[in-house]
Amino acid sequence: MRRSVRSALLLTLLLVIAWLFWSGIYKPLLLWLGALSCVLSVYLAYRVGFFDRPTGLHVLPRLPRYWLWLVGEIGRSSIDVCRIVLHPRLPIDPRVVELRAAPQGPVGQVILSNAITLAPGTVTLDLHDGNLLVHCLTPSSAQSLTSGPGNRLSAELTTG
Amino acid sequence: MALVLDILSWLLLSAGGFFVLSGGIGALRMPNFYTRMHAASLTDSAGSILILLGIILQAGWSLPTIKLAAILVFLLLTGPTATYALANAALLSGMRPEAAVRNNVAGDAPE
Repeated sequence: MRRSVRSALLLTLLLVIAWLFWSGIYKPLLLWLGALSCVLSVYLAYRVGFFDRPTGLHVLPRLPRYWLWLVGEIGRSSIDVCRIVLHPRLPIDPRVVELRAAPQGPVGQVILSNAITLAPGTVTLDLHDGNLLVHCLTPSSAQSLTSGPGNRLSAELTTG
Repeated sequence: MALVLDILSWLLLSAGGFFVLSGGIGALRMPNFYTRMHAASLTDSAGSILILLGIILQAGWSLPTIKLAAILVFLLLTGPTATYALANAALLSGMRPEAAVRNNVAGDAPE
């Protein structure tokens, strides 16, 4: 119960900040409408059971470091895939790799599989019971997937 | 200073355009469904990041910058989700990727 109240307050705060940035017009009427829509959104989130399960809002402060790593990964693999695409012989050797997700909760597993899809050269085909099925364009992209730190970093992001 | 920002932003925009273009070329050149998706993700991630960063540098410190950053975050959240929906639908409707499922990456023998 305490945890859900905390995440409800955090969600309200985030929505208020977002609304203030989106709007840019600060007249009393609009401020009231904004406050009303924030409260309504939190109520709807409560009604669909958003606060019954762990919400994943606690990962927010750790996200910047994760994103930094992810941007580096996207840049590196984008150049790799770009080179393959523009190569006259198109040197691809696709393979499917099974990967056991290190993150325990659904939020961490979704973050992991989305990060895998975001990096060009690897696409998550299936996520079921913590088992990922990943389509890789080349053996080296499969290699960096299985031996890279992505799995561990996603687990560290969401645990605790 | 404004000139430096302009040059930097044009570099980012051009690099983003290059990635979008090569994503398009890749989607045409790749042999089958799953490999075409890899080319499309070039456009999705590198292309959108570089182009939006370039536009952000043009916008400067203002509310539109925050909105552009939010657009970038939402694109990077929804893009892979849509890709997963597409790939998973293809997989579940029986389209098998040619490569056999391998647990060991280096091994050549399919299981």
